[in-house]
Amino acid sequence: MTYIFTVSPDFSPEYLSGWFVFNTWLQKALDCRFHLELMEDFQRLHRAIAADKIDLIYANPYDAALLVREKGFTALAKPQGIADEVVIAVAANSMAMAVEDLPPGVRVASTDDPDVHLIGMILLEPAGLHKENVRLEIAGNYVLVAKKLLQGECEVGIFLARAFDELSRPVRSQLKVLVRSDIQVIHHALMAGPRLIDKIDALTSALVKLAQEPKGQALLAQLGFTGWGKVAPEEVEFMIDLMDTLAYSPAA
Amino acid sequence: MLADMNPAWVTGDFQEKVIKLYGLGVRRVLVVDEEVPYPDGRLIVSRTDLTGVITHVNRSFVEMSGYAEEELIGAPHSILRHPDMPKAAFRDLWDTIQRGQIWQGHVKNLRKDGRYYWVKATVIPNVRCGRIIGYTSVRRKPDRRKVEECKMLYAQMRAKEQLDCL
Ligand SMILES: Cc1cc2nc3c(=O)[nH]c(=O)nc-3n(C[C@H](O)[C@H](O)[C@H](O)COP(=O)(O)O)c2cc1C
Repeated sequence: MTYIFTVSPDFSPEYLSGWFVFNTWLQKALDCRFHLELMEDFQRLHRAIAADKIDLIYANPYDAALLVREKGFTALAKPQGIADEVVIAVAANSMAMAVEDLPPGVRVASTDDPDVHLIGMILLEPAGLHKENVRLEIAGNYVLVAKKLLQGECEVGIFLARAFDELSRPVRSQLKVLVRSDIQVIHHALMAGPRLIDKIDALTSALVKLAQEPKGQALLAQLGFTGWGKVAPEEVEFMIDLMDTLAYSPAA
Repeated sequence: MLADMNPAWVTGDFQEKVIKLYGLGVRRVLVVDEEVPYPDGRLIVSRTDLTGVITHVNRSFVEMSGYAEEELIGAPHSILRHPDMPKAAFRDLWDTIQRGQIWQGHVKNLRKDGRYYWVKATVIPNVRCGRIIGYTSVRRKPDRRKVEECKMLYAQMRAKEQLDCL
Protein backbone atom coordinates (compact mmCIF):
# COMPACT_ATOMS: atom_id res chain seq x y z
CA MET A 1 0.00 0.00 0.00
CA THR A 2 1.00 3.64 -0.33
CA TYR A 3 1.07 5.66 2.86
CA ILE A 4 0.12 9.32 2.82
CA PHE A 5 2.66 11.71 4.30
CA THR A 6 1.90 15.40 4.81
CA VAL A 7 3.60 18.43 6.28
CA SER A 8 1.67 20.94 8.36
CA PRO A 9 0.85 23.86 6.01
CA ASP A 10 2.86 26.30 8.12
CA PHE A 11 6.17 25.03 6.70
CA SER A 12 8.36 27.68 5.14
CA PRO A 13 8.34 27.54 1.29
CA GLU A 14 12.14 27.45 1.21
CA TYR A 15 11.96 23.92 2.65
CA LEU A 16 9.44 22.63 0.14
CA SER A 17 11.97 20.69 -1.95
CA GLY A 18 13.57 19.40 1.24
CA TRP A 19 10.34 17.66 2.23
CA PHE A 20 10.17 15.92 -1.15
CA VAL A 21 13.75 14.72 -0.70
CA PHE A 22 12.84 13.55 2.80
CA ASN A 23 9.87 11.62 1.39
CA THR A 24 12.22 9.81 -1.02
CA TRP A 25 14.58 9.00 1.85
CA LEU A 26 11.61 7.66 3.86
CA GLN A 27 10.68 5.21 1.12
CA LYS A 28 14.22 3.88 0.93
CA ALA A 29 14.65 3.71 4.70
CA LEU A 30 11.43 1.75 5.22
CA ASP A 31 11.26 0.02 1.86
CA CYS A 32 7.65 1.01 1.28
CA ARG A 33 5.74 3.64 -0.65
CA PHE A 34 5.00 7.11 0.76
CA HIS A 35 3.17 9.81 -1.14
CA LEU A 36 3.82 13.37 0.00
CA GLU A 37 0.55 15.23 -0.20
CA LEU A 38 0.72 18.88 0.78
CA MET A 39 -2.38 20.71 1.98
CA GLU A 40 -2.94 24.31 1.06
CA ASP A 41 -4.25 25.36 4.45
CA PHE A 42 -5.19 24.08 7.89
CA GLN A 43 -8.86 23.61 7.01
CA ARG A 44 -7.94 21.15 4.28
CA LEU A 45 -5.50 19.43 6.60
CA HIS A 46 -8.12 19.05 9.31
CA ARG A 47 -10.60 17.58 6.84
CA ALA A 48 -7.99 15.05 5.70
CA ILE A 49 -7.21 14.11 9.32
CA ALA A 50 -10.91 13.76 10.12
CA ALA A 51 -11.31 11.43 7.13
CA ASP A 52 -8.36 9.29 8.33
CA LYS A 53 -6.46 9.95 5.11
CA ILE A 54 -3.12 10.78 6.73
CA ASP A 55 -0.56 8.19 7.85
CA LEU A 56 2.43 10.32 8.65
CA ILE A 57 2.54 14.04 9.43
CA TYR A 58 5.02 16.68 10.43
CA ALA A 59 2.53 18.25 12.78
CA ASN A 60 2.02 21.62 14.37
CA PRO A 61 1.81 21.36 18.18
CA TYR A 62 -1.69 22.78 17.96
CA ASP A 63 -2.84 19.66 16.12
CA ALA A 64 -1.01 17.24 18.42
CA ALA A 65 -3.97 16.90 20.79
CA LEU A 66 -6.36 15.89 18.02
CA LEU A 67 -3.85 13.52 16.43
CA VAL A 68 -2.75 11.76 19.60
CA ARG A 69 -5.90 11.77 21.69
CA GLU A 70 -8.56 11.30 19.04
CA LYS A 71 -6.82 9.72 16.07
CA GLY A 72 -4.37 7.38 17.79
CA PHE A 73 -1.20 8.93 16.39
CA THR A 74 2.21 8.37 17.99
CA ALA A 75 4.93 11.02 18.05
CA LEU A 76 8.16 9.60 16.65
CA ALA A 77 10.64 12.44 16.56
CA LYS A 78 11.08 16.17 16.89
CA PRO A 79 13.39 18.54 15.03
CA GLN A 80 16.48 19.13 17.14
CA GLY A 81 17.13 22.57 18.51
CA ILE A 82 14.08 24.36 17.12
CA ALA A 83 11.23 25.14 19.45
CA ASP A 84 8.30 27.26 18.29
CA GLU A 85 8.90 30.67 19.86
CA VAL A 86 7.05 33.88 19.05
CA VAL A 87 8.01 37.53 18.56
CA ILE A 88 5.62 40.46 19.01
CA ALA A 89 6.88 43.41 17.00
CA VAL A 90 5.79 46.91 15.99
CA ALA A 91 7.17 49.43 13.50
CA ALA A 92 10.45 50.92 14.75
CA ASN A 93 8.87 54.37 14.97
CA SER A 94 5.89 53.17 17.02
CA MET A 95 5.31 54.90 20.37
CA ALA A 96 4.78 51.53 22.02
CA MET A 97 7.78 50.39 24.06
CA ALA A 98 6.07 47.39 25.69
CA VAL A 99 3.05 45.22 25.00
CA GLU A 100 1.21 47.06 27.78
CA ASP A 101 1.32 50.26 25.68
CA LEU A 102 -0.96 48.75 23.02
CA PRO A 103 -4.56 50.03 23.26
CA PRO A 104 -7.79 48.09 22.64
CA GLY A 105 -8.86 48.24 19.00
CA VAL A 106 -5.28 47.84 17.82
CA ARG A 107 -4.83 46.17 14.42
CA VAL A 108 -2.94 42.88 14.76
CA ALA A 109 -1.22 41.23 11.80
CA SER A 110 -0.90 37.46 12.15
CA THR A 111 -0.87 34.27 10.09
CA ASP A 112 -3.01 31.15 10.24
CA ASP A 113 -0.17 29.23 11.95
CA PRO A 114 -2.27 28.01 14.86
CA ASP A 115 0.35 27.64 17.59
CA VAL A 116 2.14 30.88 16.78
CA HIS A 117 -1.11 32.81 16.73
CA LEU A 118 -2.23 31.29 20.02
CA ILE A 119 1.05 32.08 21.79
CA GLY A 120 1.05 35.55 20.21
CA MET A 121 -2.39 36.34 21.59
CA ILE A 122 -1.23 35.18 25.03
CA LEU A 123 1.72 37.56 24.82
CA LEU A 124 -0.78 40.38 24.11
CA GLU A 125 -2.93 39.54 27.15
CA PRO A 126 -0.98 41.69 29.65
CA ALA A 127 -2.31 44.68 27.66
CA GLY A 128 -5.86 43.45 28.21
CA LEU A 129 -6.06 42.48 24.54
CA HIS A 130 -8.05 39.46 23.36
CA LYS A 131 -9.80 38.38 20.20
CA GLU A 132 -12.88 40.48 20.86
CA ASN A 133 -11.05 43.80 21.24
CA VAL A 134 -8.40 43.64 18.52
CA ARG A 135 -8.78 43.88 14.76
CA LEU A 136 -7.13 40.83 13.28
CA GLU A 137 -5.58 40.80 9.80
CA ILE A 138 -4.40 37.42 8.56
CA ALA A 139 -1.45 37.53 6.16
CA GLY A 140 -0.19 34.66 4.00
CA ASN A 141 3.31 34.62 5.50
CA TYR A 142 5.63 36.48 7.86
CA VAL A 143 7.14 38.73 5.22
CA LEU A 144 3.60 39.98 4.59
CA VAL A 145 3.05 40.46 8.34
CA ALA A 146 6.15 42.68 8.37
CA LYS A 147 4.86 44.53 5.32
CA LYS A 148 1.57 45.34 7.05
CA LEU A 149 3.54 46.94 9.91
CA LEU A 150 5.83 48.92 7.62
CA GLN A 151 2.91 50.16 5.52
CA GLY A 152 0.95 51.17 8.60
CA GLU A 153 -1.91 48.76 7.89
CA CYS A 154 -1.43 47.16 11.30
CA GLU A 155 0.14 48.41 14.53
CA VAL A 156 1.43 45.10 15.87
CA GLY A 157 2.53 41.80 14.35
CA ILE A 158 2.76 38.20 15.57
CA PHE A 159 5.77 36.32 14.15
CA LEU A 160 7.28 32.88 14.43
CA ALA A 161 10.59 33.94 16.04
CA ARG A 162 12.65 31.97 13.52
CA ALA A 163 10.83 33.64 10.62
CA PHE A 164 11.32 37.06 12.23
CA ASP A 165 15.05 36.46 12.55
CA GLU A 166 15.19 35.45 8.88
CA LEU A 167 13.59 38.68 7.64
CA SER A 168 16.01 40.76 5.58
CA ARG A 169 18.17 43.15 7.54
CA PRO A 170 16.56 46.32 6.08
CA VAL A 171 13.10 45.03 7.03
CA ARG A 172 14.14 43.99 10.51
CA SER A 173 15.79 47.34 11.12
CA GLN A 174 12.43 49.03 10.60
CA LEU A 175 10.79 46.86 13.25
CA LYS A 176 10.97 46.86 17.04
CA VAL A 177 10.55 43.75 19.17
CA LEU A 178 8.26 44.26 22.18
CA VAL A 179 8.50 40.73 23.51
CA ARG A 180 10.00 37.39 22.50
CA SER A 181 8.64 34.20 24.02
CA ASP A 182 10.95 31.82 25.88
CA ILE A 183 8.83 28.72 26.32
CA GLN A 184 11.27 26.02 25.13
CA VAL A 185 8.89 23.07 25.14
CA ILE A 186 6.47 23.72 22.27
CA HIS A 187 7.69 22.13 19.05
CA HIS A 188 6.57 20.39 15.87
CA ALA A 189 6.77 16.61 15.77
CA LEU A 190 6.69 13.84 13.21
CA MET A 191 3.69 11.65 14.03
CA ALA A 192 2.58 8.29 12.70
CA GLY A 193 -1.01 7.12 12.42
CA PRO A 194 -2.46 3.70 13.30
CA ARG A 195 -1.76 2.11 9.89
CA LEU A 196 1.97 2.59 10.47
CA ILE A 197 1.95 1.05 13.92
CA ASP A 198 4.20 -1.94 13.03
CA LYS A 199 6.72 0.36 11.34
CA ILE A 200 7.14 2.79 14.23
CA ASP A 201 10.29 1.24 15.69
CA ALA A 202 12.06 0.96 12.34
CA LEU A 203 11.07 4.49 11.40
CA THR A 204 12.13 6.02 14.71
CA SER A 205 15.54 4.41 14.68
CA ALA A 206 16.11 5.43 11.05
CA LEU A 207 15.14 9.02 11.90
CA VAL A 208 17.50 9.43 14.83
CA LYS A 209 20.34 7.94 12.79
CA LEU A 210 19.72 10.15 9.78
CA ALA A 211 22.16 12.84 10.97
CA GLN A 212 24.99 10.28 10.89
CA GLU A 213 24.26 9.07 7.35
CA PRO A 214 26.65 10.29 4.63
CA LYS A 215 24.12 12.65 3.08
CA GLY A 216 22.05 13.02 6.22
CA GLN A 217 23.26 16.47 7.24
CA ALA A 218 22.63 17.88 3.78
CA LEU A 219 19.12 16.43 3.77
CA LEU A 220 18.36 17.79 7.23
CA ALA A 221 19.71 21.21 6.28
CA GLN A 222 17.12 21.28 3.50
CA LEU A 223 14.46 20.89 6.21
CA GLY A 224 15.96 23.67 8.31
CA PHE A 225 17.32 21.67 11.22
CA THR A 226 20.25 19.48 12.26
CA GLY A 227 18.72 16.20 13.39
CA TRP A 228 15.68 14.30 14.54
CA GLY A 229 15.49 13.73 18.28
CA LYS A 230 13.50 11.03 20.03
CA VAL A 231 10.34 12.08 21.84
CA ALA A 232 9.01 10.12 24.75
CA PRO A 233 5.21 9.65 24.63
CA GLU A 234 4.88 11.50 27.94
CA GLU A 235 6.78 14.47 26.53
CA VAL A 236 4.11 14.85 23.88
CA GLU A 237 1.30 14.34 26.37
CA PHE A 238 2.87 17.12 28.46
CA MET A 239 3.01 19.44 25.45
CA ILE A 240 -0.63 18.68 24.68
CA ASP A 241 -1.65 19.53 28.26
CA LEU A 242 0.31 22.74 27.96
CA MET A 243 -1.33 23.67 24.65
CA ASP A 244 -4.72 22.89 26.22
CA THR A 245 -4.07 25.36 29.05
CA LEU A 246 -3.11 28.02 26.50
CA ALA A 247 -6.13 27.38 24.30
CA TYR A 248 -8.51 27.45 27.27
CA SER A 249 -10.72 30.45 27.53
CA PRO A 250 -13.68 30.33 29.87
CA ALA A 251 -17.09 31.10 28.41
CA ALA A 252 -17.15 34.65 29.74
CA MET B 1 5.85 18.56 55.81
CA LEU B 2 6.77 22.13 54.98
CA ALA B 3 9.58 23.81 56.85
CA ASP B 4 8.97 27.28 58.26
CA MET B 5 10.58 30.13 56.38
CA ASN B 6 13.94 31.18 57.70
CA PRO B 7 14.84 34.87 58.29
CA ALA B 8 18.20 34.14 56.65
CA TRP B 9 16.33 33.64 53.32
CA VAL B 10 14.82 37.10 53.46
CA THR B 11 16.28 40.50 52.75
CA GLY B 12 14.70 43.74 53.98
CA ASP B 13 11.79 44.35 56.32
CA PHE B 14 9.49 41.43 56.77
CA GLN B 15 6.36 40.52 58.65
CA GLU B 16 5.90 37.15 60.22
CA LYS B 17 2.60 35.35 59.61
CA VAL B 18 1.24 31.92 60.30
CA ILE B 19 -0.82 30.13 57.69
CA LYS B 20 -2.83 26.95 58.09
CA LEU B 21 -2.27 24.45 55.31
CA TYR B 22 -4.68 21.69 54.42
CA GLY B 23 -3.49 18.42 55.91
CA LEU B 24 -0.07 19.88 56.76
CA GLY B 25 -0.72 21.95 59.86
CA VAL B 26 0.71 25.44 60.22
CA ARG B 27 3.65 27.13 58.52
CA ARG B 28 5.41 30.30 59.64
CA VAL B 29 5.96 32.50 56.61
CA LEU B 30 7.93 35.73 56.27
CA VAL B 31 6.40 38.33 54.01
CA VAL B 32 8.13 41.27 52.35
CA ASP B 33 5.92 43.94 50.81
CA GLU B 34 7.66 43.99 47.44
CA GLU B 35 6.47 42.65 44.12
CA VAL B 36 8.76 40.94 41.63
CA PRO B 37 7.51 41.63 38.09
CA TYR B 38 6.49 38.67 35.97
CA PRO B 39 9.26 37.91 33.42
CA ASP B 40 8.20 38.85 29.88
CA GLY B 41 7.63 36.08 27.35
CA ARG B 42 7.85 33.25 29.87
CA LEU B 43 5.49 30.53 30.95
CA ILE B 44 5.96 29.26 34.49
CA VAL B 45 5.11 25.56 34.53
CA SER B 46 4.78 22.94 37.24
CA ARG B 47 3.15 19.56 37.61
CA THR B 48 1.91 17.79 40.71
CA ASP B 49 0.68 14.37 41.71
CA LEU B 50 -2.95 13.87 42.72
CA THR B 51 -2.30 15.33 46.18
CA GLY B 52 -0.60 18.53 45.04
CA VAL B 53 3.00 17.43 45.64
CA ILE B 54 5.30 18.95 43.02
CA THR B 55 6.73 16.44 40.51
CA HIS B 56 8.11 18.75 37.80
CA VAL B 57 9.08 22.42 37.45
CA ASN B 58 10.53 24.33 34.51
CA ARG B 59 13.44 26.75 34.63
CA SER B 60 11.18 29.82 34.83
CA PHE B 61 9.41 28.30 37.85
CA VAL B 62 12.69 27.76 39.67
CA GLU B 63 13.90 31.29 38.89
CA MET B 64 10.69 33.01 39.99
CA SER B 65 10.10 30.99 43.15
CA GLY B 66 13.62 31.56 44.50
CA TYR B 67 13.87 27.91 45.58
CA ALA B 68 16.29 25.36 44.12
CA GLU B 69 14.73 22.62 42.01
CA GLU B 70 15.70 20.02 44.64
CA GLU B 71 13.75 21.96 47.27
CA LEU B 72 10.66 22.09 45.05
CA ILE B 73 10.39 18.51 43.80
CA GLY B 74 8.57 16.50 46.44
CA ALA B 75 7.29 19.59 48.28
CA PRO B 76 3.57 20.38 48.54
CA HIS B 77 2.58 23.14 46.11
CA SER B 78 1.46 25.25 49.05
CA ILE B 79 5.17 26.06 49.47
CA LEU B 80 4.21 29.16 47.43
CA ARG B 81 1.05 29.93 49.38
CA HIS B 82 0.87 33.63 50.20
CA PRO B 83 -1.14 34.66 53.30
CA ASP B 84 -3.02 37.28 51.23
CA MET B 85 -4.66 34.56 49.13
CA PRO B 86 -8.13 33.52 50.31
CA LYS B 87 -8.70 29.85 51.11
CA ALA B 88 -11.80 29.85 48.95
CA ALA B 89 -9.74 30.41 45.80
CA PHE B 90 -7.83 27.19 46.33
CA ARG B 91 -10.95 25.30 47.38
CA ASP B 92 -12.46 26.33 44.04
CA LEU B 93 -9.26 25.25 42.26
CA TRP B 94 -9.27 21.78 43.82
CA ASP B 95 -13.04 21.28 43.37
CA THR B 96 -12.72 22.18 39.70
CA ILE B 97 -9.72 20.05 38.78
CA GLN B 98 -10.91 17.04 40.75
CA ARG B 99 -14.07 17.15 38.62
CA GLY B 100 -11.74 16.84 35.63
CA GLN B 101 -12.19 20.45 34.53
CA ILE B 102 -9.79 23.32 33.88
CA TRP B 103 -9.35 26.09 36.49
CA GLN B 104 -8.14 29.55 35.66
CA GLY B 105 -7.49 32.43 38.03
CA HIS B 106 -5.06 35.02 39.30
CA VAL B 107 -2.74 33.99 42.12
CA LYS B 108 -0.36 35.91 44.37
CA ASN B 109 2.60 33.69 45.11
CA LEU B 110 5.17 33.87 47.89
CA ARG B 111 8.84 33.54 47.00
CA LYS B 112 11.52 32.01 49.17
CA ASP B 113 12.91 35.51 49.80
CA GLY B 114 9.53 36.75 51.12
CA ARG B 115 8.70 38.87 48.08
CA TYR B 116 5.69 38.07 45.89
CA TYR B 117 4.63 37.78 42.25
CA TRP B 118 1.25 37.73 40.55
CA VAL B 119 0.40 35.23 37.84
CA LYS B 120 -2.53 34.23 35.69
CA ALA B 121 -2.66 30.48 36.23
CA THR B 122 -4.42 27.74 34.30
CA VAL B 123 -4.53 24.32 35.96
CA ILE B 124 -5.45 21.22 33.96
CA PRO B 125 -5.93 17.60 34.99
CA ASN B 126 -3.51 15.22 33.23
CA VAL B 127 -5.73 12.50 31.83
CA ARG B 128 -3.98 9.33 30.66
CA CYS B 129 -5.94 6.27 29.54
CA GLY B 130 -9.09 7.86 30.92
CA ARG B 131 -7.71 8.46 34.42
CA ILE B 132 -6.44 11.63 36.09
CA ILE B 133 -2.81 10.94 37.02
CA GLY B 134 -1.77 14.44 38.12
CA TYR B 135 -2.16 18.14 37.39
CA THR B 136 -0.28 20.74 35.36
CA SER B 137 -0.30 24.47 36.04
CA VAL B 138 0.81 26.95 33.39
CA ARG B 139 1.19 30.59 34.45
CA ARG B 140 1.50 33.64 32.25
CA LYS B 141 1.90 37.36 32.70
CA PRO B 142 -1.34 38.88 34.00
CA ASP B 143 -3.12 42.06 32.94
CA ARG B 144 -2.45 44.63 35.72
CA ARG B 145 -6.08 45.73 35.78
CA LYS B 146 -7.13 42.15 36.53
CA VAL B 147 -4.55 42.02 39.32
CA GLU B 148 -5.94 45.22 40.87
CA GLU B 149 -9.47 43.75 40.75
CA CYS B 150 -8.21 40.57 42.41
CA LYS B 151 -6.42 42.48 45.17
CA MET B 152 -9.74 44.06 46.18
CA LEU B 153 -11.73 40.88 45.79
CA TYR B 154 -9.24 38.70 47.70
CA ALA B 155 -8.98 41.25 50.53
CA GLN B 156 -12.76 41.10 50.93
CA MET B 157 -12.77 37.31 50.80
CA ARG B 158 -10.00 37.15 53.40
CA ALA B 159 -11.84 39.55 55.69
CA LYS B 160 -14.93 37.36 55.47
CA GLU B 161 -12.91 34.18 56.09
CA GLN B 162 -11.37 35.75 59.20
CA LEU B 163 -14.80 36.76 60.50
CA ASP B 164 -16.11 33.25 59.96
CA CYS B 165 -13.24 31.92 62.07
CA LEU B 166 -14.14 34.04 65.11
C1 LIG C 1 -0.92 21.96 39.58
C2 LIG C 1 -1.15 22.80 40.81
C3 LIG C 1 -0.49 24.01 40.91
C4 LIG C 1 -0.65 24.83 42.04
N1 LIG C 1 0.03 26.01 42.09
C5 LIG C 1 -0.08 26.78 43.19
C6 LIG C 1 0.66 27.99 43.31
O1 LIG C 1 1.40 28.39 42.39
N2 LIG C 1 0.54 28.72 44.45
C7 LIG C 1 -0.27 28.33 45.46
O2 LIG C 1 -0.35 29.04 46.47
N3 LIG C 1 -1.01 27.19 45.36
C8 LIG C 1 -0.93 26.42 44.27
N4 LIG C 1 -1.67 25.25 44.18
C9 LIG C 1 -2.61 24.96 45.26
C10 LIG C 1 -1.96 24.30 46.43
O3 LIG C 1 -1.97 22.90 46.21
C11 LIG C 1 -2.72 24.59 47.74
O4 LIG C 1 -4.05 24.17 47.61
C12 LIG C 1 -2.72 26.06 48.12
O5 LIG C 1 -1.40 26.57 48.17
C13 LIG C 1 -3.41 26.38 49.42
O6 LIG C 1 -2.95 25.57 50.43
P1 LIG C 1 -3.96 24.63 51.24
O7 LIG C 1 -4.71 23.82 50.21
O8 LIG C 1 -3.09 23.80 52.10
O9 LIG C 1 -4.87 25.54 52.02
C14 LIG C 1 -1.53 24.42 43.08
C15 LIG C 1 -2.20 23.21 42.95
C16 LIG C 1 -2.03 22.40 41.83
C17 LIG C 1 -2.77 21.11 41.71
